[in-house]
Amino acid sequence: MIIQAMAFYLFATVTVASAVMVISVRNPVHSVLFLILTFFNAAGLFVLLGAEFLAMILVIVYVGAVAVLFLFVVMMLDIDFVELRQGFLNYLPVGGAIGFILVLELILVLGASSVIQVPEGMAASPAPPLGEVTNTEALGRILYTDYVYLFQTAGLVLLVAMIGAIVLTLRAREGVRRQNISDQVARTPALGMELKDVKPGQGL
Amino acid sequence: MYSAIVFLPLLGALIAGLFGRRIGAAGAQMVTCGAMVISALLSMLALYQVGFLHQPETVQVLRWIDSGAFEVDWVLRIDTLTAVMLVVVNCVSALVHIYSIGYMAHDPHRPRFMAYLSLFTFAMLMLVTSDNFLQMYFGWEGVGLASYLLIGFWYKRPSANAAAIKAFVVNRVGDFGFALGIMAVFMVFGTVSFDAVFAQAPAMAGKTFNFLNWQPDIMTTICLLLFVGAMGKSAQFMLHTWLPDAMEGPTPVSALIHAATMVTAGVFLVARCSPLFEFAPDALAFVTVVGATTAFFAATIGLVQNDIKRVIAYSTCSQLGYMFFAAGVSAYNVAIFHLFTHAFFKALLFLGAGSVIHALSDEQDMRKMGGVYKLIPATWLLMLIGTLALTGFPLTAGYFSKDAVIEAAYAAGSGVGQYAFAMGVVAALMTAFYSWRLIFMTFHGPSRADHHTLEHVHESPMVMLAPLVLLAAGALFAGMAFAGPFIGEHSGAFWGKALFVMPDKHILEAMHHVPGWVKWSPVVVGFAGLLLAWQMYIRNPGSADRLAQTHYPLYQFLLNKWYFDELYDLIFVRPAMAIGRFLWLRGDGGVIDRFGPDGIAATVQELTRRAAQLQSGYVYHYAFAMLIGLSAITTWYMFSGGAH
Amino acid sequence: MTPDAFVPPNLLPALPEILMACGAMALLMLGVYRSHAPARVVTQGALFVLMAAAALVLLQGGARVETFSGGFVSDAFSRFAKILILLGSGVTLIMSQGYLRREHMDRFEFPVLVLLATLGMMMMVSAGDLISLYMGLELQSLALYVLAAFKRDSQRATEAGLKYFVLGALASGILLYGASLIYGFTGTVNFVKLAAIFGDDHAQPGLGLIFGLVFLTAGLAFKISAVPFHMWTPDVYEGAPTPVTALLASAPKVAAMALFVRVMSQPLLGMVGEWQQIVVFISIASMVLGAVAAIGQKNIKRLMAFSSIGHMGFALVGLAAGTEEGVQGVLIYLAIYVAMNFGVFGCILAMRNKGGQMEAINDLAGLGRSNPMMALALALLMFSLAGIPPLAGFFAKFYVFLAAVHAGLYVLAVIGVLASVIGAYYYLRIIKIMYFDEPAEATNWPMSPPLRLIVAGSSLFSLFFFIYPMPLVTGAATAAAVLFK
Repeated sequence: MIIQAMAFYLFATVTVASAVMVISVRNPVHSVLFLILTFFNAAGLFVLLGAEFLAMILVIVYVGAVAVLFLFVVMMLDIDFVELRQGFLNYLPVGGAIGFILVLELILVLGASSVIQVPEGMAASPAPPLGEVTNTEALGRILYTDYVYLFQTAGLVLLVAMIGAIVLTLRAREGVRRQNISDQVARTPALGMELKDVKPGQGL
Repeated sequence: MYSAIVFLPLLGALIAGLFGRRIGAAGAQMVTCGAMVISALLSMLALYQVGFLHQPETVQVLRWIDSGAFEVDWVLRIDTLTAVMLVVVNCVSALVHIYSIGYMAHDPHRPRFMAYLSLFTFAMLMLVTSDNFLQMYFGWEGVGLASYLLIGFWYKRPSANAAAIKAFVVNRVGDFGFALGIMAVFMVFGTVSFDAVFAQAPAMAGKTFNFLNWQPDIMTTICLLLFVGAMGKSAQFMLHTWLPDAMEGPTPVSALIHAATMVTAGVFLVARCSPLFEFAPDALAFVTVVGATTAFFAATIGLVQNDIKRVIAYSTCSQLGYMFFAAGVSAYNVAIFHLFTHAFFKALLFLGAGSVIHALSDEQDMRKMGGVYKLIPATWLLMLIGTLALTGFPLTAGYFSKDAVIEAAYAAGSGVGQYAFAMGVVAALMTAFYSWRLIFMTFHGPSRADHHTLEHVHESPMVMLAPLVLLAAGALFAGMAFAGPFIGEHSGAFWGKALFVMPDKHILEAMHHVPGWVKWSPVVVGFAGLLLAWQMYIRNPGSADRLAQTHYPLYQFLLNKWYFDELYDLIFVRPAMAIGRFLWLRGDGGVIDRFGPDGIAATVQELTRRAAQLQSGYVYHYAFAMLIGLSAITTWYMFSGGAH
Repeated sequence: MTPDAFVPPNLLPALPEILMACGAMALLMLGVYRSHAPARVVTQGALFVLMAAAALVLLQGGARVETFSGGFVSDAFSRFAKILILLGSGVTLIMSQGYLRREHMDRFEFPVLVLLATLGMMMMVSAGDLISLYMGLELQSLALYVLAAFKRDSQRATEAGLKYFVLGALASGILLYGASLIYGFTGTVNFVKLAAIFGDDHAQPGLGLIFGLVFLTAGLAFKISAVPFHMWTPDVYEGAPTPVTALLASAPKVAAMALFVRVMSQPLLGMVGEWQQIVVFISIASMVLGAVAAIGQKNIKRLMAFSSIGHMGFALVGLAAGTEEGVQGVLIYLAIYVAMNFGVFGCILAMRNKGGQMEAINDLAGLGRSNPMMALALALLMFSLAGIPPLAGFFAKFYVFLAAVHAGLYVLAVIGVLASVIGAYYYLRIIKIMYFDEPAEATNWPMSPPLRLIVAGSSLFSLFFFIYPMPLVTGAATAAAVLFK
C-alpha cells in the first residue's frame, strides 16, 4: 500500500509540475515536451486506478499522435512567443485574481464535499471486477451496445471534422503539373510527335 | 352555401383591392358585382330554406380564440332573423354594386371603391351571421371601418375627411358602450355565445349588483350598455350627428350603408338580443323613448333642409326611430319588417337622388333644382314610387310596415307606448310633408338651375336605372308579399326561435284590435302632409319663405339641427382640445419629456458607447469576459449558499 | 464467462435522425464521386432529406419514448423543437442559393454540413442524458464552426470561424466540467435518474452540485449567446457569410434554447430555486445589453446579432418562470422569432450591388421609394421584432411576460418591458432610414422568387398571426406539458 501511495504522489506531483511548466517555459518546443511528460504521468495515474486501457490509449493517442503533431506544428510555424506575451503582464492582476477565485472555490467544493450518497445501483454501468473481465473488454461490451448511439455520434463528429478540414484547406490549384503515370504509359508515337513533310527551299 | 354567401364578397374585395391595377376597373367591377349577385341569389335561397322550410343552421368555421375560460368559435348562425338580414344586405348591396358602375364611371379609383363596397358587405355579413358577441363586435367594427373608408373615399376633399373622422369618433362612443356590454355579459354569464347567454338570461332577471353602494339591475345595465352601441351605429338621438355629415361620401355609399344596412345594425342588435331585453323592461322603455324621440326630432329637422341627400338622411334617422320604438314595445318582428321594407324604398330614394344629382351635374341643393320631371321622367317616376312608399301610401311597402309600427305602439298600452304612438303619428305627418317637399322642389315648379346645367340634364344610363327599377318593385310589393309571414298570424312559425317575446305579452294580437282611427291615422296624416306640401310649394310658392320669416327663431333652430353640433363642440370638443393642449405643452413636454424620454435617451446613448467599447474583437477579451461571468455567478452562490 | 445477451435498441424513435445521418453521408458520397454534379443537386437532395425528416417527425405521434438506454428521448417537446429546427435549416438552405452562387461558394459540402449541423441540433433536443447532450452539441457546433469560416478567402469569415471555434471550445470545456461535477456528485448522467435525485426534498444539494449546475448553465448560455457569454455573437454574425448568419440566428438558437429548457425543467426541476437566480440574471443582462448595444451599430448583421442576444433574453424570461406556462411561452417565442428572422435575413441577402453584398444600415436609405414592397415587408418585420401589437412579435413577448408575472417575477417582467422599449428604438430607426433618408445611390435590389416568397411569408405571418394563433399556442402547450408531467 505504501508503494502505491508513493507512486500516486510521485505521478501526481510530476503531472501538476509539468503542467505548470507547459504554460510557463519560454521555448514552445520545451512546452510541448512538458505536455508529453504530463500525459505520461497521467497515464501512470490511470494504471494505478487499474484502468490500463485508458492509460495505453492516452500514451498512444495523445503522446504518439497528438503531441507529436503539435511538435511539428510548433516547429513549422515559428511562433514568436515573446511577442505573444507582451500583453501578458497587463492582464496578470485581473486574470490572476479571477483564476485565484475560481481555484479557491473549486477547492472549497471538494473540501466541503457534501457528497450525496450515490444510491445503490444508480451508477449507469458498474465496472465488473478486474479479475473476471479485462478493462478493454468491459469497455467494449458497453461501448458497442449501451452506448452505440454515442459511439455513432462520435463517428459523425469526426466525419464533420474531416469534411471541415478538407473544405477549409484543400484547393484545386490551377496550372500545377502532376505526373500521371497511366498517361505516360499509354503514350504512343502518334500522340507524341507529328511528322511534317518539309519541302526543300521552304521553311515551315 | 352559407359560407359562400359570407365569403364571396370578401373574395371579391380582396381581388379588387389587391389586383385592382392589374385587372383594371372593368375587371374589378365584374368580379365584385358577380360575387355579390351570386351571394344575393344564394341568400334568397337561404331565406326560403330557413324561414319557410324552418331549417335554421349553424356552420362552424373554426375555433377562434381559446384563452383560459374564454372560448370563442367562429360560427355562422343562420336563423330567420339572419336570413332576412342576409337578403336585405346582399340584395341592396348587389344592386348598389351594379349602380356604382354607372355612377362612378368617371372616377379614376373605381377598383378601390368596389373593393371597399365588397369589404363593407363582408363585414356586415359577419355582423348578421355572428353566433356570439365577439364575432358580432368584429363585424360591428368592420362595418365602422368600411364606413369610414367609404365616407372619406374622396380623401382629397377636407369636408369628406372631416365627416369620415366624425362618423368614426361618434361611433366610438357607441362602440365603447357595446364593448362594455360584451364584457359585462362575459362577466355575468361567463361566455359570449348567444345560445348559452340567452339560456341563462331568465335566471339573471331581477338580480342586482353593487356599484358604489348603488344597486343597479344586472339585466337592465347590460341591455342599456348594448343599446348605447346600437344608438351609435343607428344614429339615434344624441349620437345621430354623424349621419347627415356622412352624406359626404359617394351616393351609392349613402344608399348602401347609411340607409339600408349598417345603420340598421342597431335594430338588428336589439332584435338579436331580444331574449335579454325581454328581461329588462326598464331598458325596453328607454329604447322606446329614444326611438320615438328620434323619429320626431329627425323629422322636424328634415322639414327645412335644402340638401337633397340630407333630407333623406334625416328621414333615415327618423325611420330608424320607428324601428326602435317598435322593438321597444316588444314588436321585434314589426321592427324587422319595417327594416326590411325601409331598405328597399330608402335605397331607392338615395339612388334616385343620386341619379338626379348625376343628371344635374353634381348639384345637391334643392333650391337650385325644379321642373326637370319632363327631362328625366324615369328618375322622376322612380322617386315618386319611393316617396309613396316612404309616406305610407296605401298598399305600398311602407304602408304595411309603418302602420304596423304605429299600431304596435298604440297596442302596447303603456305610457311610453302612448308617447311613441303620438310621436310616430306626428312624425308621419312631417315625413309626408318633407318627402313631398323634396319631390316638388326637385322636379316641379319653375326651374331654378342655370341654363348651362339644364342643357346637360340627361337621363341616367341603364346600368343605373335597372337597379332602381328592381328596388322600386321591392318598394311597391315587398310589403304586400311579406306582411303575412313577417307580422301575420303565423309569424311565430316563420321566426322560429330567432326572436323571443315574453309569453304573457300579446302585442301582435292586440295590434289587430286597435280602434279604427288608430289604423287610419297614418294614412290620413300622410295625405295631409301631401296637401300641405302641395299648398306651400306648388299652389302658393312664396308661402314657405314667408312662414320661415314669421317664425324665424324656430326656423333657425331647425335649420341648424337643434344646435347639436354647436352644443357638442362647446361641451366636448373645445374642452378636450384645451386639455390636450395643456397636457401636450406642460405635462408632456415640460415634465415627462424632460425627465422621461429625453433623460433616458441620453443615458442609453452613454451606455451604448460603453457596450460598444466592450466589443474589442480580441478573442482573449471575450474568453476573459466569459470567465469573469462564470466566477461572478459561482461566487454569488458561495455566499448565498443556494436558495434553500 | 459470456456477456449478457444483447438486446438491440429500438430504432424507431430515432428514425428521423438516422435518415438525416444516412442522407448526409449519401449526399457526401454523391458530391465526392460525382465531382461534376453541380452543388445544386446536392442542395436539392439535402432539402429533400430535411423534408423527409420533418415528415417522419410529424408522423411520430404519441407519448414519450426512450431508446438507446435512455440516451435518446422522443416526446412532444422534442418534436416541436425538431420541426422548428428543420424548418429553420430548410429555409436558410433555400435562401442561401443565390448568395452562394454569386460568391462562388456553391460547393457541395455546404448543404452536407448544414445537414450534419441540423442532425446535431436534433440530437440535442432529444438528449436523454448528459453525454448525448454533449455529443449532439459538439456535432452541431463543429459543423457550424466550419460553416462560419466557409468563405475561406475572406479574412473576416476565417476570423469569425476561428473566434467561434476557440470560444466555443472554451464553452464546451466549461459545460463538460459542469457535467462531470454533476456526475461525480450523483453517480448518474441520466435525466430521469437525476430528476429523481433532485426531486427528493430531503437531499440538500451540496455546493459541488450547484457548481456543476452553474458550469453547465454557462456552457448552454454560450450556445444561446446570453450575456455574459455572448461576446462571440456580434463578431461571428458579422464575419460569417450571410446565409450562415441566418442559420446561426435561427435553428441553433432553437436547439440550444430547447436543450436549455429541457435540462432546466426536467432533471433539474427540483433545483428550480437555484437555477432560477442564474436564469433571471442572464435574462436581464441579455435583454438590457441586447437593447443598449444595438443602438450604436452601423452594420445590419451586427445589429441582428445584438437583436438576437436581446431576444434570447426575452425568451429566457419564460424559462425563468420555471412553470409549464413559461416553457410554453419560450416555445412560442422561439417559433415567432425564427419566423421573423427568415424575413429579415431574406431582405439582408437581397441587399447587394455590383460590388457585392451590402451590409451597412445606411444602405437602406430611400428603400421606401425605390423598392416599396421590400421596404414594407422589412418595416413590418421591424415593427414585429420591436413587439408592436398586433404583430406576432408582440404576442411572443406577451406570453413570456405573462408567465413571468404569474410566477411572481414582477421585477423581471418590468425590466423586460423597459428593455423592449429601448430596443424598439433601433428597429424603428431602420424604418426611419428606409422611408425618410435620402439614398446615397439608387438602390434597386431584385429578389429571386424563392427569396421573395420567404420574405413575403415571414412578414405576412407576423402581420396575421393574431388572427389564428391557435395551432402554435396549442402545439407549444402540448410540448410544454410533457416536461412537467
